[in-house]
Amino acid sequence: MNPVRKRRLIITLLILGAVVVATGLSVFALQRNMTYLYSPSEVDAGKAPDGHPFRLGGIVKEGSVHRVPDTLTTDFVITDRFQSIPVTYTGILPDLFRVGQSTITTGKMVDGKFVATQVLAKHDATYMPPQVKQAIAKAEREHRVPKTAQGGGAP
Amino acid sequence: MNPELGQVALILALLLSALQCVLPIVGAWRGSRPLMATARSLAIGQFVFVALAFGILMWSFWTNDFSVAYVAQNSNLSLPWFYKLSGVWGAHEGSLLLWMLILNLWTVALVVFGTKLPEAFFSRVIGVLGFVAFGFLLYMITTSNPFLRLLPAPASGADLNPVLQDPGLVFHPPTLYMGYVGFSVAFAFAIASLLGGELKSTWVRWARPWTNLAWGFLTLGIVAGSAWAYYELGWGGWWFWDPVENASFMPWLIGAALIHAQAITDKRDGLRAWTLLLSIFAFAFSLLGTFLVRSGLLTSVHAFAFAPARGIFILVYLAVVVGGSLLLYALRAPKVTGGKSFALASRETLMVIGNLMLTVACAMVMLGTLYPLVGEALNIGRISVGPPYFGPLFLILMTPLVLALPFGPLSRWGKADLGVWKRALIRIVALAVLAGIVAFVLRARGWYQLLGVAAATWVMAGVALFAIKRWREAPRGKRYPFEMLGMMLAHFGIGVFIAGAILTRSMSVEQDVSMKPGASVDVGAYDFHFNGVAETQGPNYRAQQGTVVITRNGKHVVTLHPQKRTYVGGQVQTEAAIQAGVFRDLYVSLGDSIGGGAWSLRVYDKPFVRWIWGGGVLMMLGGFAVVLDKRFRLKRAVEPETVRAKPEPAAPRKLAEGEA
Repeated sequence: MNPVRKRRLIITLLILGAVVVATGLSVFALQRNMTYLYSPSEVDAGKAPDGHPFRLGGIVKEGSVHRVPDTLTTDFVITDRFQSIPVTYTGILPDLFRVGQSTITTGKMVDGKFVATQVLAKHDATYMPPQVKQAIAKAEREHRVPKTAQGGGAP
Repeated sequence: MNPELGQVALILALLLSALQCVLPIVGAWRGSRPLMATARSLAIGQFVFVALAFGILMWSFWTNDFSVAYVAQNSNLSLPWFYKLSGVWGAHEGSLLLWMLILNLWTVALVVFGTKLPEAFFSRVIGVLGFVAFGFLLYMITTSNPFLRLLPAPASGADLNPVLQDPGLVFHPPTLYMGYVGFSVAFAFAIASLLGGELKSTWVRWARPWTNLAWGFLTLGIVAGSAWAYYELGWGGWWFWDPVENASFMPWLIGAALIHAQAITDKRDGLRAWTLLLSIFAFAFSLLGTFLVRSGLLTSVHAFAFAPARGIFILVYLAVVVGGSLLLYALRAPKVTGGKSFALASRETLMVIGNLMLTVACAMVMLGTLYPLVGEALNIGRISVGPPYFGPLFLILMTPLVLALPFGPLSRWGKADLGVWKRALIRIVALAVLAGIVAFVLRARGWYQLLGVAAATWVMAGVALFAIKRWREAPRGKRYPFEMLGMMLAHFGIGVFIAGAILTRSMSVEQDVSMKPGASVDVGAYDFHFNGVAETQGPNYRAQQGTVVITRNGKHVVTLHPQKRTYVGGQVQTEAAIQAGVFRDLYVSLGDSIGGGAWSLRVYDKPFVRWIWGGGVLMMLGGFAVVLDKRFRLKRAVEPETVRAKPEPAAPRKLAEGEA
């Protein structure tokens, strides 16, 4: 093999190796670090992972927000109008966190309670995770809740 | 009446863009000078009409014309005037108009500064830009018309999203778009060279200043966005690996790779095909970014509403542009490949490694960003991929790049010179270790911190060694041409950035606390004393304003006033109060009233956080500096053949020809 070819071969092999390693690492990291989003109904049906972190999306139920006095802990309930899951969070809640507002929380189930490490209220006031939206639409069709309950604002 | 004029102006611009993408290219193909000559006037004409439309929309905002739906949705009577004007690009339709205006600015800049380019090539470039403009104008007119009327007109509008009511809105979108859209020039050059079947790669030299300029702007845009998020979102982070951030970061990574690949092609005539490919991808990722952010697929500050038609249009457009370009590339590129080979331990090898790491990092970011979308489409479930994925992987991928970075400028083009590497290695390691020891003496603790100092020094020492080497070896007056200066600035900026990112992360003290008026909390070396909350009134909001007095060893440092604002539209927005400094930021943001007079507060001590953006600004300056280099001044209307003199890499003088 002449030197130019040899060099090219080495470079090609290096590139190939790097790509393989990078792909492997990426896929591995992706698999380990994905968190799935579940609605309260899915959690209730036992679809959510046990003891692993996941995201819980839904609406903050009316009249469910209670602060634990003298701490930063807040208890509230997330619902999709079929099932509800109690949530507890310690920290400062985002600006858009409000009753009737759609929220995504990250955390895990501990003794039937969702202990959240992060609470997101989307900046878009009309945002709602799609399957939560579906669930709520279904609930509305079955007249389980008044239509006004889901908040929202801008067109 | 005015908004209708704006609408007409847009339609005229669309027609002109259609002509612009056909006539000059046909002219170049047929060799018809009259047809080619249309390129200039069409480009300028299109600019005039788009600028007119933009001006009219601005005027509608200025005069509170709420009969225009877009104005009614994003402005109101009590909005301060500067937010009214920047509100033009505060939402979807207007920001597309801004995108268009900037594309036209770039095109006109080409018309003005590209007079010395060969005519056929120039015509093709303008033609390709015309195609890009056509797509976007069509998109605007069919799906996102900013001039739609709202009748009857409301007395006052809704409000501009309070997050956007910030000086950041004035700078962040325009600079970011300058970057995004700027890559269209490199793209147009690449496509023009493929269309024309240019065997020489002289076009790369013509493209280089444009690419560097665009990359500089993109850097600035990202820095502005990051700084804005830092103080506006109220939780003190500066990068979240949010999909919209990733959307701007992907073209940045490819752009950085492209700058270096272009340098190799320009100087050594190597990597021709790779440079072409990167030119295409840099712009493709800019389009993908626009698509991700504007389609509403991602919900965030940046996405306003979901409209499937919009998403599908951009997706189709993206497919046409990228697919078409790649097809052209596949057909034509085999003709242009080739170029010089180089030794394994040469500067080219290091730059190729850098290129590789940047592209792989981009692929990694893309995988993580698109995977949730794909997952949703394929019904795998709603997935989110966050910092635990991006952070470590990015670190792993960038480590070899950072390690190799100092040696690139120090090594030779084409030839192996292990001696140079060895000498440099010894010095750099010595300096990095020394810096680590100094940091340790200065009470830096924790391996992460020390590693950060060492890594930053590693990069900066490389730049310093290079500066010294040039000082010694190059003749006076030729020591630091702009191109090299740009490289040094940008590389040094990376060092500053590394220091900032790692030190902030490892040294920050962050606390969420609940405080009653009169209470104090210690954060790092500082004492934060909470004096309660009072009501105040802004131009278009009411605010609850806290007062926090910060002292250090009993000495007053600063009094901060974090606010929680309620805007006229009813939206609530936290406004953090920050004492900014070169070596540390003190950060207070107000949470909620939690009963009994107590409030929840976020109090941070964030050392070196400014260095993150400082590094970014240096990188931007680097990109800008390169543009000024004499190398890129075209002497006359060159025929492509004349420029490429024979390079003679062995002579020590040749070291004067740095890299970018």
